[in-house]
Amino acid sequence: MNGMNCPRAGYSRMAQAAIVIVLAVAVFLGGLLPGCKTDSGGSAATDQVTLLNVSYDPTREFYREYNEAFARYWKEKTGQTVAIQQSHGGSGSQSRAVIDGLQADVVTLALAYDIDAIALHSDLLPADWQSRLPHNSAAYVSTLAFLVRKGNPKQIRDWGDLARADVQVITPNPKTSGVARWNYLAMWGYVLRRELGPDFAAQLGDPAQAEAVAAAQAKAAEFVTAVYRNVPVLDRGARGSTNTFIQRRIGDVLINWENEILLGGRELDEAGLEIVVPPVSILAEPAIALVDGNVDRKGTRAVAEAYLEYLYSEIGQEIAGRHYYRPIASETAAAKYRDQFPSLELFTIDAVFGGWAAAHRAHFADGATFDQIYKPR
Amino acid sequence: MALALKRPGVLPGFGLSMGLTLLYMAFLVLIPLGGLVLFTGTRMTLAQLWQTAVVDPRVVAAYRVSFGASLLAASLNAIGGLLVAWVLVRYDFPGKRVIDASVDLPFALPTAVSGIALTTLYAHTGWIGRWLEPLGIQVAYAWPGIVIALTLIGLPFVVRTVQPALASLDQEIEEAAASLGATRWQTFRQVILPAVLPSLLTGFAMAFARALGEFGSIYFIAGNMPYKTEIAPLLILIRLEQFDYVGATGIGVVMLVAAFVLLLLINLLQAWSRRYQD
Repeated sequence: MNGMNCPRAGYSRMAQAAIVIVLAVAVFLGGLLPGCKTDSGGSAATDQVTLLNVSYDPTREFYREYNEAFARYWKEKTGQTVAIQQSHGGSGSQSRAVIDGLQADVVTLALAYDIDAIALHSDLLPADWQSRLPHNSAAYVSTLAFLVRKGNPKQIRDWGDLARADVQVITPNPKTSGVARWNYLAMWGYVLRRELGPDFAAQLGDPAQAEAVAAAQAKAAEFVTAVYRNVPVLDRGARGSTNTFIQRRIGDVLINWENEILLGGRELDEAGLEIVVPPVSILAEPAIALVDGNVDRKGTRAVAEAYLEYLYSEIGQEIAGRHYYRPIASETAAAKYRDQFPSLELFTIDAVFGGWAAAHRAHFADGATFDQIYKPR
Repeated sequence: MALALKRPGVLPGFGLSMGLTLLYMAFLVLIPLGGLVLFTGTRMTLAQLWQTAVVDPRVVAAYRVSFGASLLAASLNAIGGLLVAWVLVRYDFPGKRVIDASVDLPFALPTAVSGIALTTLYAHTGWIGRWLEPLGIQVAYAWPGIVIALTLIGLPFVVRTVQPALASLDQEIEEAAASLGATRWQTFRQVILPAVLPSLLTGFAMAFARALGEFGSIYFIAGNMPYKTEIAPLLILIRLEQFDYVGATGIGVVMLVAAFVLLLLINLLQAWSRRYQD
C-alpha cells in the first residue's frame, strides 16, 4: 500500500469513516486481483517426481504399502524416482479440500459422489470421469459389517435387528461421512430386498410392480427412521464412531467398513468385540480418479495415470487383498483371498438406487429422506 | 475516545499508525467478513437467505442451542468468574499462584482436548458420568454437556476482566460502608457490584462471544443430534460438506449479524452501567 498518505490530523468523523471505507474497498479489490502464480511445472524432464494422493481414512495402511510397490515399479520402468504423499480424512471433506485448491494428482475416495462433486464444483476433471477406468473406476471393493460386544449379548444377526427398541446403533452422520451413506443405503436396500424378494432390483424399474415397490419404499423409510431413533450419537466420520463405540463403550453395534473391521483381526477379541456379517448388504465401491486440472499444471499426467492403472495390476490387487479390500480386477488375487471374506449377497447402488446422483437427490440432499427422520413431529 | 482522535497531534505519527491500524484490521477482520457477506449477497436473494438461514426449523433449533447454551454458560461464568476473581484478589492462601495461573489454561488448551477430556469424564463410563447416570442425569451427548464445555472455555474472560477492577477497589471503601451501617449484602449490592459491573459485563460479553463461535470441544461432547444438540457452527460444517457453500455462508452471516447486535447491546448496557463514573 505505498502512496497511502494520511493527513496528519484534524478531520471530521465523517472523513474518518470515508477513509475506512475507501481503504477497505481498495484493499478488498486488491485481494481480488489475480495473484502471482508460481510455475512449478517442468518436472517431467527431471528424474524426480512427486504425487499427491488424496484419500479417505481407512486406506492409510493399504496405500502405504501400495506406494512403495508403485515407486519400485515406476523406477524400473522409467528410471524416474517417484515420491508419493498421502492425505487422509473424511471422504467428503477431502473432496472439498480438492475443490478448494488442494493440489491432488489423484483422488481415491470412499464413494463416487465425492468425486462427482469435484467435477461439479470445479473444472478439475470431466463429468464422465467414472467411465475412464475399468469397473466404474473402482479398483477394489468392500462392503459393510457389524461390530458387536463379545458374545453378541443383544443377538444382532441382521439389519432387521438394528430397529429393535433395545438396540443402540452407532453410525456416523450420512451428511458428513462416506461410510455412513453406505450404511444408510444398505439398510434401505435390505428392506426392499426383504419386501420384494431376491429379484428386487429388477422389480424396482418395472411399471407393473409400481404399487408393491412404493409400499416397499415406504417400509424402508419407516425402518431407517426406526434405526436412526436408536442412534444415540451422530459422529461426523467413521473414526469418530469407532471411538464412540470402542473407547466410550456406547452402543450395542457399530456399522463400519468390512476392510476396517477385518483389519482389526485378533485385536477385536482382546478388545471384547466380535464381528457379525449380515446375510445381505451393499457392494461398496470406493472410487479413484485422475485430477486432470492438477496433473496438467504440474506435468505429472503420465505418472499419475500409471499410478491408478497399476492398482488394477496383479500386484496392486494382491496388496488390496492383503489389506482386506476385495480385489475385483484379478482372478488370482480374488481366489487367493476368497476365504478371508465372508460370503454374502451384495447389491449395487446402480441397480437399486440408480447411481450416486439419484441416491443423493432422494436421500441425502437438503430436505430429502434423511432429513425427514429428524423432523420433529 | 473519538475526541482524542480529533485533537491535533501532541504525539507524532498519527497518520502512519492509523493507516497501519486500518490495514491490519482490513486484512484480519474487514476483508474476510466483508467477503463472507459479499459472497452470500451475490449468490442468494434476501428471500432465500430468510428461508435457508433464518426460518428453516433445523437452523432455528441450532440457533436456539448455540445462543441458549452460550448465554447460560456466560451467565454461569459471570457468577463463578466473579467468585474466583474475588477469592484471588482478596484472600491469600497456599497455592494461590497455581490457581491464578491455571485460570488461563482454557485459553491455551486446544478445544478438542478439553472436549475429549470432558466427554471422557461425563460419559456414562466416566468418573463423574457413572455417578450421574443412575440419577437420570445425562451430561455428555446432551445439552448440559454443551453448557459445561462452553463454561470452561469462557471462564478466563470473566476472571481476567474482573480481577483488575476488584484489585483497584480499596478495601477501605467497604469498611466505610460498614461503618456507615451497611449490611454485608448492602455493601456488596451497592458498593462493590456497581464498581465491578462494567468489567463484569465486558467479561460476560467476551465469554458469550467466544462461546458462540466455539466448535472444537462441542463437536466431541454434544452428540450432534439434529434439532437437539446440533450447534449452528456444526450445521455450517454439515452444509459445507454437502458442497452447499451458499447455505453455509448464509448461516455464517446470520450468526455474524446476531452476534454483532447482541454485543452492541451489551456494550450499550455497559456504557449505561458506567453512567456514574468519571
